[in-house]
Amino acid sequence: MREPLIFEQSRPGRRAPSQAPATPPAAEDLPAGLLRRAPPPLPEVSELQVVRHFTRLSQLNFSIDTHFYPLGSCTMKYNPRASNKLAMLPGFLERHPLEPESHAQGVLECLYELQEMLKAVTGMCGVSLTPMAGAQGEFAGVAMIRAYHLARGDTERNQIIVPDAAHGTNPATATMCGCEVVEIPTGPDGDVDVQALRAAVGPRTAGIMLTNPSTLGVFERGIADIADVVHAAGGLLYYDGANLNAILGRALPAAMGFDVVHINLHKTFSTPHGGGGPGAGIVAVTERLEPFLPIPIVGRRDGGYVWLAEADRPRSIGRLSGFMGNTGILLRAYVYMRLLGAEGMRRVSGYAALNANYLMKRLAAAGFSPAYPRRRASHEFIISLKDIARDTGVNAMDFAKALLDRGFHAPTTYFPLLVPECLLIEPTESEARQELDAFAQAMVEVRDLALRDAAEVKRAPVTTPVRRLDDVRAARQLDLTWQSRKPPQE
Amino acid sequence: MPFIPHTPDETAAMLAAIGAGSLEELFDEIPASLRADGLPGVPPGLGEAAITRLMRERAARNRDTLCFLGAGAYEHHIPAAVWEIATRGEFYSAYTPYQAEASQGTLQLIYEYQSMLAGLTGLDVSNASLYDGATAFAEACLMAVRGARQARSRRVLVPRYVNPVWRRVAHALLAGQDVELVELAAGGGRTDLAGLKAFEGEDFAAVCIPYPNFLGALEPVDELTDWAHARGMLVIAACNPTALALLKPPGEWGTKGADIACGEGQPLGIPLSSGGPYFGFLACRQALVRQMPGRIVGGTLDVEGRPGFTLTLQAREQHIRRSKATSNICTNQGLMVTAATIYLSLLGSEGLRRVAAQCHANTRALVAALTSLPGVQATIGPYFHEAVVTLPGPVAPVLRRLADAGILAGYDLAADFPELGHGLLVCATEVRTAGDIDAYRRALAGILGTAVAA
Repeated sequence: MREPLIFEQSRPGRRAPSQAPATPPAAEDLPAGLLRRAPPPLPEVSELQVVRHFTRLSQLNFSIDTHFYPLGSCTMKYNPRASNKLAMLPGFLERHPLEPESHAQGVLECLYELQEMLKAVTGMCGVSLTPMAGAQGEFAGVAMIRAYHLARGDTERNQIIVPDAAHGTNPATATMCGCEVVEIPTGPDGDVDVQALRAAVGPRTAGIMLTNPSTLGVFERGIADIADVVHAAGGLLYYDGANLNAILGRALPAAMGFDVVHINLHKTFSTPHGGGGPGAGIVAVTERLEPFLPIPIVGRRDGGYVWLAEADRPRSIGRLSGFMGNTGILLRAYVYMRLLGAEGMRRVSGYAALNANYLMKRLAAAGFSPAYPRRRASHEFIISLKDIARDTGVNAMDFAKALLDRGFHAPTTYFPLLVPECLLIEPTESEARQELDAFAQAMVEVRDLALRDAAEVKRAPVTTPVRRLDDVRAARQLDLTWQSRKPPQE
Repeated sequence: MPFIPHTPDETAAMLAAIGAGSLEELFDEIPASLRADGLPGVPPGLGEAAITRLMRERAARNRDTLCFLGAGAYEHHIPAAVWEIATRGEFYSAYTPYQAEASQGTLQLIYEYQSMLAGLTGLDVSNASLYDGATAFAEACLMAVRGARQARSRRVLVPRYVNPVWRRVAHALLAGQDVELVELAAGGGRTDLAGLKAFEGEDFAAVCIPYPNFLGALEPVDELTDWAHARGMLVIAACNPTALALLKPPGEWGTKGADIACGEGQPLGIPLSSGGPYFGFLACRQALVRQMPGRIVGGTLDVEGRPGFTLTLQAREQHIRRSKATSNICTNQGLMVTAATIYLSLLGSEGLRRVAAQCHANTRALVAALTSLPGVQATIGPYFHEAVVTLPGPVAPVLRRLADAGILAGYDLAADFPELGHGLLVCATEVRTAGDIDAYRRALAGILGTAVAA
């Protein structure tokens, strides 16, 4: 039941005529040498064909709206429909980004209040909404740390310390900012090795990037010591907010000693993941980094709302987007935060922790091995399938595929890299107990099948639109566009 | 409790299974001194009806206008089907297609998108998107610095009339890696080819040609491309995707064609939406694909030999290569690409060409109408769907008065390009009518104190 490519459905001369101007005016004033000779190879299809094709494609996806999606570190919680509907009101959607402020007070007021709420949930004193994803928030954060040191004449500080369990974006960001990466190990209980940190800091330390709770699904208990060590060495602390859902309203990054934080609004504040974005990676900072925030920022002046830009913020690290970040995503987060309110936000972390700890206990009781059985789970936890893999040959990837056949999106696999054969499981607060129980049951079924008939697990998935794909072939025999297929397949 | 399904009995039973007495106890590993009691800066929650009232009231405060403003974001007709389909939950609430078997819809769609973008730009391959046009421009410069084989330079030549905000964004993103943008001199609103002599013998990684440039004008792309290639530089095209339905694609510039194309995808079915989300596109020759940042989808076969799609060439990316990745980008602008792919399918090549041609014709009509007024002139061309008119006096007060009259009359060029005099950048896309253009002309005439013929 393959859905043909839209190009394969194309027929010369077929069109959706109501979607384009009727009489093509000639561009006879343009030099002939600048005109396109052959039309671009776009499909020629009817409106119904387009609607049917993309509806069918959508049906080939797993999504939060259709499946439990416990993808660790990604916070795949329910995306309220109200957020989408209200952010897409014509008054927001049809507004040109360069309209005068006098015409945009409604959207500016939402963004200003969003900034204020984000200060409250981080404990920070300044916010910029412009970064368009977590990785860009990281870039903004490290660039601000660099700018802070340089402004003080401290030019040698170009090392960023990153724990070995960190997201790949952390070291990649440090490189983009012109910094060296210094990796430090994690101790056996999941906390950062503070002795190793002490040995790593020095006069070249720009800062440290930490996720707390960490990607190992545990709260970094030594955070106060870590902050002291880094600050004493002259460095600053960067909080990767990927896991803020775990502590929302329970602990503030500023109180832990962090100087700058980014928050993935598409995680904690439930804006859609959209098949890979758009996200939003807002940054919040303490006083000493405030002058360096990326622009524009929404300010108040003479009873109205204004953009603060180059003239108002001369020490800013600059602009990170053509206009104002992913404004529509910011509006969705604003709606979600207003729906929750302060109490609702605390409940988010409470029930995210409840679901994670409950599911971890259930799986442990069923014989699975949590990576850190003596620790509280944060909003997520790791199961290591090392023993099962050793005994049966069924590895974490096989488990992931077998879960797809049972109607569950797979957890994150093989991340963090330092736990062998791991599944990083994040149920989120919006799942009911029955869903968690069914997932635990599916895990048990797969495990029991692995013990009985490992080959059968390794066949999975068999219910999905395609079965396991040849990744090596994909990388070696590159097929990246329809027009490159020679001869056409089939 | 918004979006939390637990009944009190379930909560109690789950806590009992964990062996905890309360939700608070689940946070007992957080040192007491670090714990927060609440969020005093956050107001109490609202019901959906209340937030709907609030947002409607705020949306209504954003005033309706007649838009002749472009400068990097363009109002186009968006077929109703585009966002009806793009916001289906199966697209809207899925994530990056890491589990390929459970994400064939998103993966096939991205493959179709890559094919369309490669076709539009006349290049071999496209990635799955970057954040926006400005960041795509910066990433294209970085990619060229990595990919330029002959040059070892970290400098990129850029014409004066590239989008000034893109230039600032590129500076912010590239400064840490010591990549520098060097300006090419201009004359008459376009790059001055005679000015290229000043750079003879110097080493550059690439030249980046905006197409059309920020003034709407068409640069001498063939000459610039051949000049750069003859000196071992790569050629980057920073182009408007609508224009490419009408104008020669980057892959056909000069003798060998441009090497990389980037740009702002917003014109392809993305609403203006107060500034974002939009998406950036990036395409290149096959030889440069391993320097490409971001996700790329490839076709392959499953274990039964059936065709399917998967993320590929992931060894370029941060989750594998960490500090040596081509970029730190992870999440991109997937939903925007979903909309753009549906848009391009509905328009087709003929539809998109008609949109481009109508935009061009409307802007010509607008320029003719405005320059019929005494003291209003236009000298820069050829242009696509945006053009510079000069007014007899400062632009800013005129724009303010027109905005008060509900007309977004264009972009004031005085701050960025003072050499253009009282320059105003105007745009009339396919959605503007003859009546709209006449309304603009009459309003401007009134402000300039000119009598208008009926």
